Amino acid sequence: MELYVPILVLAVLAAGFAVFSVGIAPFTGPKRWNRAKLDGYECGIEPTPQPVGGGRFPLKYMITAMLFIVFDIEIIFLYPWAVAFDKLGVFGLVEMVLFIVTVLVAYAYVWRRRGLDWD
Amino acid sequence: MIPNLVADPAGPTLADFGKDPLWISIIKALFIFVFLMLGVLFGVWFERKLISRMQHRYGPNRAGKFGLLQSVADGLKMGLKEDILPRVVDKVVYILAPVIIAVPAFLSYSIIPFGPMVSMFGVRTPLQLTDLPVAVLLVLAMSSIGVYGIVLAGWGSRSPYAVLGGLRSTAQVISYEIAMGLSFVAVFLFAGTLSTSEIVAKQASGGTWSLGGLDIPLPSWYAILLIPSFLIYVITMLGETNRVPFDLPEGEGELVAGYHTEYSSSLKFAMFQLAEYVNVFTVSGLAITLFLGGWRAPWPISLWDGANTGWWPMLWFFVKLVLVFAFFIWVRASLPRIRYDQLMAFGWKVLIPLNLAWILLVATVRALQNARSEQPGSVPVVLVIAAIVVIGALAIYFRFDTVNQRRREAKAAEVAADMELLDAEPTAGGFPVPALDLPHYHGVNGRKEVPSGTN
Repeated sequence: MELYVPILVLAVLAAGFAVFSVGIAPFTGPKRWNRAKLDGYECGIEPTPQPVGGGRFPLKYMITAMLFIVFDIEIIFLYPWAVAFDKLGVFGLVEMVLFIVTVLVAYAYVWRRRGLDWD
Repeated sequence: MIPNLVADPAGPTLADFGKDPLWISIIKALFIFVFLMLGVLFGVWFERKLISRMQHRYGPNRAGKFGLLQSVADGLKMGLKEDILPRVVDKVVYILAPVIIAVPAFLSYSIIPFGPMVSMFGVRTPLQLTDLPVAVLLVLAMSSIGVYGIVLAGWGSRSPYAVLGGLRSTAQVISYEIAMGLSFVAVFLFAGTLSTSEIVAKQASGGTWSLGGLDIPLPSWYAILLIPSFLIYVITMLGETNRVPFDLPEGEGELVAGYHTEYSSSLKFAMFQLAEYVNVFTVSGLAITLFLGGWRAPWPISLWDGANTGWWPMLWFFVKLVLVFAFFIWVRASLPRIRYDQLMAFGWKVLIPLNLAWILLVATVRALQNARSEQPGSVPVVLVIAAIVVIGALAIYFRFDTVNQRRREAKAAEVAADMELLDAEPTAGGFPVPALDLPHYHGVNGRKEVPSGTN
């Protein structure tokens, strides 16, 4: 646990600084009210009305996020394997080839179904 | 075989951490904080100055000697600007986002080693805030949390540019994070640990490789030993920090300023700017730690006995950091921004499969070496696996290639058909296209055109 205490110290320092900066931001500058200035910026045209609670966004981004989770978990499995590789010997190699092949099946499927294309 | 690398006795290992009294931790944390703040001020100035020189300009040269105080002046100016809270924003998310993006950026630096054991006010302690058995994971985790800042800033702004910029930036960062995470695997395979101080220790000496009675000295930096990993990491670190050529979130021609469009030029915006530069320093520091020998002196300097002791290594670390940062700027001056679909395709279709293939290759070679030295009976097994992997990879590649080739040909035929149609009837497809053979304007009759640059 002692290993993590210094990170906490730095976290307190960084969070203190960030909260302080964001907190004093409204008070250090001038205040000149202007209706147009408080609108969303859309290059000068009337801002598009945005639905409360956020609007819709392209599904593509969600697919990317899902793929990210799949591959990120794969990486998480690769790390301990890499660290223990010398102890595992040939067994480790066989296991990881099988694992990567399994992931590659999903990867190839996504590729073929154009899940990785962007147009 | 690769001999068991003996760590330099001066280099700290995981066992040396967690023994600091609290006040030493506070001093170190303060140092990192101040170092990063000054680093950002210096970095902004250095980037502007260097890129100016590359473009035959002077760059900032008014505030202070050589314009050194330029970024201080910029920071002060940001504090004195009006802080606009647009009417439509989601106030909580909008205000929290700069904090969420800035804090993790700082935290990543807690595991970057600056140097060996030194005596600090009578306490023997490593020049590194702390080290964990999973140190590199901390960096990846923090960069993932930083993504929340980006996506929340865009989402909380509730403006089309900001939302699109936030989404794009998020998709890009997470895509390149996968390739980045994969590029570390080969390093961990060789180092056998995730602790940064021990990875630096493993790069202390390359050892020798006995080949037919000849002792060939091996390079000690993983950047040389594992070149493909290093190259992939260099690419992903540009993508991960949204730097040129992957700075699409700031594609001002399309998205104004991306996810921080709605943040006026106040201290909130300064947090985004700060986080961006701190992230650049973090990935540079990680590149130095994992691939470029960490704080250890490079070859000609390392001949001097005292090079890797005391406070000197901090200097080598800073020099390396400045050089890696200069590389970022050099890339920015050299390369144009790439298109978004190319960016995603490159990340998913090139970097990831290449990375996986490279990992399997490294693992097979490593297993072969281990098998030779420890249990010679299993060498054929490894060779069979290697053959299966190579054949399988080739099979997948060729199968893929035919499918994609067919697809590309279909697309090209479609385009060719469209062009033919356009040749026959320029307004086909609904766009009024001016004829391409219209006479060009060459000035009013008789008046000579004046070339630019003359009076």
